[in-house]
Parts: sequence; C-alpha cells; structure tokens
Amino acid sequence: MNAPVRELGRIGFSEEQASLLEVATEFCREKSPVAKVRALIADELGHDPALWREMAELGWLGVAIPEDFGGAGLSLAEAVPIMEQMGRRLLGGPFASTTLAAQAILSGGTEAQKQAWLPKLATGTVGTLALVEAEGDWALDNIGCTATAAGDGRLKLSGRKYLICDAASACVIVTSVMYRGAPALMLIETDTLPDGALRRETVIDETRRAYALDLNGVERPASALLDPERARATLAHLHLAANLLAAAEMCGGTQAVIDYTIDYARTRKQFGQLIGAYQGVKHPLVDAYVSYEQARSHLYAAAHCFGEQGTGEIATRMAKATADQAFSFASDRAIQFHGGFGFTYDCDAHLYRRRAIWHASQYGDAGYHKKKLAELLL
Amino acid sequence: MSQTDPKDLAAYADDADAWFKDNVVRDPGFMLPLTFMEVGTDQQFHFLRDWQHKVWEAGYLGAAWPAEYGGQGLPQAFQNEATKAMRRHGGPIMLNAIGINWTGPLLLDLGSDEHRQKYLRGILSADDIWCQGFSEPEHGSDLGNAQTRAVRDGDSYVVNGSKIWTTLGRYAKYMILLCRTNPAAARKYDGLSFILTPMTVPGVRTTPIRKLTGEHGFTQTFFEDARVPAEGLVGKEGEGWKVAMRTLEYERGARGGQAGGYIAVQSDAWDVLKLARRMDRDGAPALEDPAIRDKMVEFMIEIQSMALCRQRIAVPALTTDQPLGLPLSSKLMGTEFNRRVNEFAVSLLGARGAYYVGDESAVDDGIWTRAYLNAFSGTIGGGTSQIQHNIIGENVLGLPK
Repeated sequence: MNAPVRELGRIGFSEEQASLLEVATEFCREKSPVAKVRALIADELGHDPALWREMAELGWLGVAIPEDFGGAGLSLAEAVPIMEQMGRRLLGGPFASTTLAAQAILSGGTEAQKQAWLPKLATGTVGTLALVEAEGDWALDNIGCTATAAGDGRLKLSGRKYLICDAASACVIVTSVMYRGAPALMLIETDTLPDGALRRETVIDETRRAYALDLNGVERPASALLDPERARATLAHLHLAANLLAAAEMCGGTQAVIDYTIDYARTRKQFGQLIGAYQGVKHPLVDAYVSYEQARSHLYAAAHCFGEQGTGEIATRMAKATADQAFSFASDRAIQFHGGFGFTYDCDAHLYRRRAIWHASQYGDAGYHKKKLAELLL
Repeated sequence: MSQTDPKDLAAYADDADAWFKDNVVRDPGFMLPLTFMEVGTDQQFHFLRDWQHKVWEAGYLGAAWPAEYGGQGLPQAFQNEATKAMRRHGGPIMLNAIGINWTGPLLLDLGSDEHRQKYLRGILSADDIWCQGFSEPEHGSDLGNAQTRAVRDGDSYVVNGSKIWTTLGRYAKYMILLCRTNPAAARKYDGLSFILTPMTVPGVRTTPIRKLTGEHGFTQTFFEDARVPAEGLVGKEGEGWKVAMRTLEYERGARGGQAGGYIAVQSDAWDVLKLARRMDRDGAPALEDPAIRDKMVEFMIEIQSMALCRQRIAVPALTTDQPLGLPLSSKLMGTEFNRRVNEFAVSLLGARGAYYVGDESAVDDGIWTRAYLNAFSGTIGGGTSQIQHNIIGENVLGLPK
C-alpha cells in the first residue's frame, strides 16, 4: 500500500512540436470549416481524400515513424499538436487510426512487417485497429476472437470485432485475437476480406466512421501474426497511445466548443442583456475554460513524458481523465447555454457533445482512468 | 551577472540546501502559522520575524533584487533554488508578505529611487513590516469604491476613514494605502491615489479582528486626521487604481519581481494521502474505501494540474490564444483547491472530526479543521472566487460585464 511518491510528469515542448502546432493550426482552420464538416457527415466515406493526400504530403502520417521506415523519426509527442488542431476543427479522417496502426506494427511487428507496412502508412496508406469486442470491455487483453491453426501454415479466425474506425478506407487492419491461449495481434489486408465482412455501424459521433468485422471464415497465413512475444506490451502501448491521441483531439474540441459558446454569449440578448453578462452563464464558462487549460497542460505533459516508463502511463491517464471531464462539461454546457437553438441539429454544440461521448466510450473514461491511477499512485 | 553560470547556480543551490537543512526549526514549541494571515500571537510574530531576517542575512531571500537595495543582484534562478530548498526542508513562512510580494516588486517596477532606497532593505530584513489597506468595511471586493479620504495639505496628506482585513496591522510600520484624493472625479477609479503610509503617525489606530477560527490575525485600521508625508505617493495623484491593479497582478501571480520564499504552507494532496492511510474506516485504513480512493486521485490530478499550468506559463507557444488565462486563473485554482482538499481531510477524521485545536484527542492537533476554516481567507481575500470568475470571464474570455 505504501507506494512511493512517483514522478507525475512535466511540461516540455520541442521545436518540432512548436512548428507542427503552428502549421496544423493554420491548415486545419483553413481546410475544415464547419460547413465542410457537416457536408462530410452525409458522405459515405466521411472524409476528404484530397485533404488526406495533402496531410500525407505534409509528412504528418510519418511523424512518429522512424526514418528507416520512411517516417520523420520523431515521436507521438509530435502527433499531438496535429491531432489537437484537427480536433479543434472537427477535421475527420483516419489520422489517429493510421498513426495507431503504425504504432502497433512498430511496437509489435516483425522486421518484415515493419519493412512492408511502415513506409506505406507513412505516406498515406490507411491502417486501423480492431481491438473492441461485443462486451465493450476497455481491457484490451480480454479477447474472445481466436486464431487457430488450419494446416499449411494458415490460421483460421473466428469471432467479431466492433467499432473499427475507418475500416472501409483502410488497406490493413491490426486485430487482436487469442492464439495458443494468449493475446496476439495480426494483420488483415482488407482486400482479402469476403464481401459483407464489414458492416458500417451507426455511432454517436457522426464525423467518424466505424465498422463491425466478422472474422468467421477469414483465413490468414501465419506470417500475418505480429511477434507473439510482444503482444501484451504492444496492447498496453496501444491503449496509452490511443488515449494520448484522444486527449489531444478532445482538448482541441474543448477549446473550440468554449469559443463557440462564448461567441453566442457575447451576441445573444435576453431580458435586455447579453447572456454572457449573467453570472449563471459566465461562471460555468470560466469553470469550463479553467478545466480546459488544466487538461491541455496534462496533454502536453503526457506528450512530453509518453515514452518514460511509469511516468508516461500516469501522465497519459491523467491527460485522458482531465480531457474527458473538461470536454464533457464544456460541450454539455454549450448545448444548455445556446437555449432553444442548442436543442436543434443546426447548432454545432451537439457535434462536440457527441464527440465527447465517443471519446469517453473508447479506451476508458475519466472514472476508469482514475481507478487505474489509484492503483498506480495510492 | 548577466548570464547564469550553471556551475555557480548548482553551488548556490547546494549551499542553500545545506543551510536550510541546518537552520530550519520545525517545532519551536508552539503552533506555527501556516500563512502570513494567521499570525495571531507576539510569540509567533517574533519567531517569524527573526526567521525571515536570518534567511535574508544568509542570502536566500531577495537574492534577485539589486544589491544596492539589500538584494544580491543574482538571476531569478538563484532565488528559485533557495525557495525550493526552503520548501524541501519545511522552512516556516516568510512573514513580511505584503512587503516581499507586493510593495517590493511595485517599487522596483514603478517606484522612485528614493522609495527604493528608503524601503526595500527593510522589507527583506523584516525590520519594516508592511500591511495593505485596500478593502474597506463597506466595500469588500469592490475596491474601486474605496472612500477613505486623503486631502493634500502642504507636504502631507490628511487621511480620514477606515480599512479592514489589515493583516499584521498591529505590527506594521507601513501600509500601502488606496485612498480617495478626488471625490469629484468623473470615473470613481480616477479619484483614487496610492500612498506608502507610515502606521506610526498620530491618528492611525488599529483594533484586532477575531477570525472564524477564534484566533486573531487581522485588524481594522482607523485614520483620524492622520498626517501622511506626500512623498509616499506612488505614480501620480489619481493613478491609484492603476497602481493597485498592478499590485494585484503580483498577488495573482501574473507578474514577477517577488523577493522569493513563500508566505503560506499549504497541506498538499500527499499529506492528505498520508492522513487517509492513518485513519480507520470499518476496521481498515480509510484509503481502502473506493469512494475515498476516487476523491484522493482527483486531488492528486488537480495538484498536478496546477504544477503543470505553472510550467506551461513559461512556454509562450502553448499559451498564445489567451496569454493571461493561466496567470489569472492560478489564484482561483489554488485557493479553491486548498479549501476543498482540507474539507476532504476533515471528512477523513471520523468521529474525531468533531475535535478542534486545543483538545488532546484532536488528530494532528486540529490542524485540518483549522486549515479548512482558514482556507476561506484565500477564497475570499484578494478578490473572492466569485470575483475571480468575473475577472477571468471578462478579461480572458471577453464576456460582457
């Protein structure tokens, strides 16, 4: 019970982060006006492939991929400002999915898999993760899907995966299965899937695309397995990496929804007064703002310390927990403070509230991370 | 010294560490105040005055102030190391808070050379204790409405009126006084002036105020035809509001120049964690209760939030959208945290939460309940948390008044 006082993380900000933040701020503001975000909601693919190519050309997909594999040789810390600014403008697309698929292969893949996939993922080939199952358990090693030997070095898969982001755009899906009684990860090229294996799901965040995958009847060569020795460590890494990127996207969204609500509070009059002058509106907005600043501080501490054993986990869980609290509160109040307009689809407040619900549901919400932090800190 | 030599800095930090290790007295045999606002007895006052004097003499207070005014002209990083060493070894607080955190930075910033010569050294040495005269009985958070009147008469101002919540009022030699020199000014703010006022002239009288804790620590100060030298004016007549707002920026952490050290020791989440291990619930440590664990983690996240926000102020690229946001939020975050964490600590005490300072059965001599009650001085003083919300809402978020 007497755990030592641990290093909880600290702020650091690299020159690369600074320049990516500057570029991403401008790029996302310009390329993703809310009218476009809303138009893409109705689009089957859900993102703009031309914009995706531009992002690839900017080198954003390879920031956390080593130079040997065609990336920029930086780290996830540099993906954070990009993700944050995308979140601020609700810019959709498979940036997080592809970055995480690359992390899976980088952390747990064989040399041949790294050679084959990382240069592609660094330059715009879409990848994604299939880690969620029917129960929706956030523990990534609680796996029901299986891979069993089917002769000639082939593996036969069974079970279903859910909430696979951007699977219809992806060339490769990294999926978790039980193999010989232990968690394992394997690569599935989407062009090998039978027709109808993917089903588009209806999800709360309409700017996202998620799919269910029926693995029953799918067969893959044994060479599709990632290094079985690394599977548990890779799942733990993916859990934290996914939460780091989520926290970034959430911080950007929190800033935007606060700004959006402030604009309304400064122009909407009721009872002869701008509603932002009422302390019943003003004070909760300040609370939302202070929570946002705290969450953003945690985000950049988590980005900076991500690779440090122990500290990285604490800082990342704190970042996701605070981002969840800040985003949920700010977007909830945004609906309320827009009054009747807030109850309509035309008001943007629900776009952010829906996204906050999405992120709370994926890879653990504030309560879950606090429970994990209690284990680490108390 | 224009550049910080890392070797010099490291040597200074080592010396400071060793000095505080040798010189800190944790238990003088009576209860030490946790903040400068809680100095209620002569015994506490003299102990803390001597302590500050000793720290200054040793070179660990005001190290970054100019040498000609009692400092050493060292880069701020040196003083920061000294302050860290002080905290590490649990050193008592610096007593002359208004001097080292408000008057000093203000005079270095806006004062005349005469002001600096006359006042700065005594601030650091604690020979000259300072107090603040902003709030008035009828105007708590609404400082702009101050009515204490100062009328120019030759080389003096004749002051009449009353100030309240004068911390260390009984002991202070000087007050920073916000007073009305022109009641006819079109804007109420333009009629105010800021005067360095001796507390020793005839016509200045203080009466003690008893706090909710039952202790003393504040006074009300009365001015009855008190003649105050006009040379104490800071800025011009009628610029008092601007000058006062600047001192509040020092207090709220939005501006540097403070002499160093700290003026309050706050129990932090780690101390409360130790408490939760010691107290029992249903025959087991309170810390095993899931509800308590959850609250405990929230406080630890929050204390880390504040530390990280302080660090982030130093990274301009991460504060471009609202550069004043973090500095102006720090008082609200810190004081409200302190109130809530102490309230939580009291809840951990079980039946013994009913005891108060003075009973032999009180947990930790009753400090938790006392700290909770005293925490309101932070959430009320220097602009209540509600006023802080207005300040942040209006000055950072641009919401209408």
